[in-house]
Amino acid sequence: MAASPDSADAGKSRGLIHWIDQRFPLTSLWKEHLAEYYAPKNFNFWYFFGSLALLVLVNQIVTGIFLTMNYKPSAAEAFGSIEYIMNDVKWGWLIRYMHTTGASAFFIVVYLHMFRALLYGSARKPRELLWIFGCVIFVLLMAEAFMGYVLPWGNMSFWGAQVITSLFGSLPVIGGTLVEWIRGDYVIADATLNRFFALHVAALPLALVFLVIAHVMALHEVGSNNPDGIEIKKLKGPDGHPLDGIPFHPYYTVKDIVGVAGFLLLFCGVIFFEPNFGGLFLEAANYVPANPLQTPPDITPVWYFTPYYAMLRAVPSFAGTQVWGVIVMGSAVVVLFFVPWLDRSPVKSIRYKGPIYKIALALFVMAFVTLGICGMHPPAGIYPLLARVGTAAYFAFFLLMPWYTKIDSVKPVPERVTGHA
Amino acid sequence: MLKRLWLIAAFILPGAAASAQDAGFPLLHADTNINDVQSLQRGARDFMNYCSGCHSLQYLRYNRVAKDLRIPQATMASDLMFTSHKPFDHIVSAMPAADSVTWFGKQPPDLTLEARYQSVDYIYSFLKGFYADKTRLWGVNNMYFPNVGMPFVLAPLQGVQKPVYKSVTDPGGQTRMELIGVAPMTPGSMTPEQYDRFVRDIANFLDYTAEPIKAQRESMGIFVTLFLLVFFAFAYLLKKEYWKDVH
Repeated sequence: MAASPDSADAGKSRGLIHWIDQRFPLTSLWKEHLAEYYAPKNFNFWYFFGSLALLVLVNQIVTGIFLTMNYKPSAAEAFGSIEYIMNDVKWGWLIRYMHTTGASAFFIVVYLHMFRALLYGSARKPRELLWIFGCVIFVLLMAEAFMGYVLPWGNMSFWGAQVITSLFGSLPVIGGTLVEWIRGDYVIADATLNRFFALHVAALPLALVFLVIAHVMALHEVGSNNPDGIEIKKLKGPDGHPLDGIPFHPYYTVKDIVGVAGFLLLFCGVIFFEPNFGGLFLEAANYVPANPLQTPPDITPVWYFTPYYAMLRAVPSFAGTQVWGVIVMGSAVVVLFFVPWLDRSPVKSIRYKGPIYKIALALFVMAFVTLGICGMHPPAGIYPLLARVGTAAYFAFFLLMPWYTKIDSVKPVPERVTGHA
Repeated sequence: MLKRLWLIAAFILPGAAASAQDAGFPLLHADTNINDVQSLQRGARDFMNYCSGCHSLQYLRYNRVAKDLRIPQATMASDLMFTSHKPFDHIVSAMPAADSVTWFGKQPPDLTLEARYQSVDYIYSFLKGFYADKTRLWGVNNMYFPNVGMPFVLAPLQGVQKPVYKSVTDPGGQTRMELIGVAPMTPGSMTPEQYDRFVRDIANFLDYTAEPIKAQRESMGIFVTLFLLVFFAFAYLLKKEYWKDVH
């Protein structure tokens, strides 16, 4: 009996997959990471930001490749080559705006992704290493964003690079030599631009991609946390799959597409209607070429660095050195790595934690936003005081966490996850 | 090190020919419209006639402007190009940079991106802010750009304005005169309304040069948004269908 044409085709494609599977673990990878990766069925809004971060990463890499085709990494030509991309390269303006908006979108998505972990205790055992990979990604992302910001060689690019590289100069003994080594010259110059370009387009993206792969592998090894902060692997059905788990594909692939659509509406809204985003995503002061003889009225970093920049400036110089501010700013990032061990609450999710943690987290968010606003303004008037209070609150959230999470009340945690969206 | 930077900044800033924000006068509202092609055409004509002798638009080509502003190439070449350039060349002033430094103290800035660096309102205000000041080399000063190095080339059109001062007494008892505005002194060839339109057209044209794609980008954005709304609706329905069997 002859098979219908349809099943013959299916047989052929099965044959091809079988051929590949004998040489490469295609089917088993597909099953392990998508079709048979069981994720909790109660993911809520906060769980969109992981897949969105991946989307933005891909956006940055693809648009970045096309920008590289027309950008000139030289102090004499860089600024003009951006305008060449804007005015002469077909669709160059769109590629550039996707990249500049993508940079800010990356930080929005990553900050919300990290906030989710603080909400539901996602950093805690057994997900410590997953969290640490994430923290390293965050650090590299900041380096990547900083170096990318220098490339247009506008005046704010130049002076931002001047300030940030100078930070290393405050380190005792090696400071001066270190700054020279980083800049490749005595001042920010062509050599600096060239090396930042190399790091921005090759070294850091490569490291980021590897770390993202490690991040996802660690996630799939331990399994996803969820808004209830309970381990779904504890209760398995007769088929060996978690009772509260559903296969990532198709359930979360179709759900994440909804998230992607919502994200793209906002993302494209910015690109097509307000790419400067009121001077937050693209600063006016960077629309004049780098000029070592003319400092911009206020040197402010892009919005996503302003909370840390405010901490840097909040600390006064002491014993004849500015290094304390640099130490405080660095510590603000380093402290994140310890979150899995700072939280001593017997429960993970904020749903079952007491009022103290809720208040602490709310104060932390307020402190972070306040610091961000302080970092956008010159350190005058109320801002230095606000920045100091904000810095204290930022560190108090983490350093007092072992204490306040222990004395906080808890609610009973259910056996099974509650509800799904 | 940081402190040293702030020090550098403190020394350089006053010498940096005071940027617009420092002047302290609220900017006038230009009320331009990037979709008004006639205004852009007039702005291009007026820019080429009154500004391009000193100021370049070095990131933009003549033929791009002609295409975007629906100016025939021949008209562009005969009426708007005053240099030996070809239509595909960048719009670069014929004034040698070295001479301009000798004449004005610095090279007149390129204005392609001025509307993004400052703002459309700033350009509009600046061109209406000149007033007579005998202490300055060119006999003029500017409300929005104190001690400006530019001669007021539009004086034959606007006429000359005089400064209006108010006497202010410091807490220390010192009395000084403070500039509070400008008033007409001698009339020019244009009425105030004509001059406002003239300046608005130039500001509008410079808004165009700062981002030639702007008008097109915004109209394109409407279709992108509509498409994404439909995509969102279908994605949501697909998700709902798949999730029916999750309890």
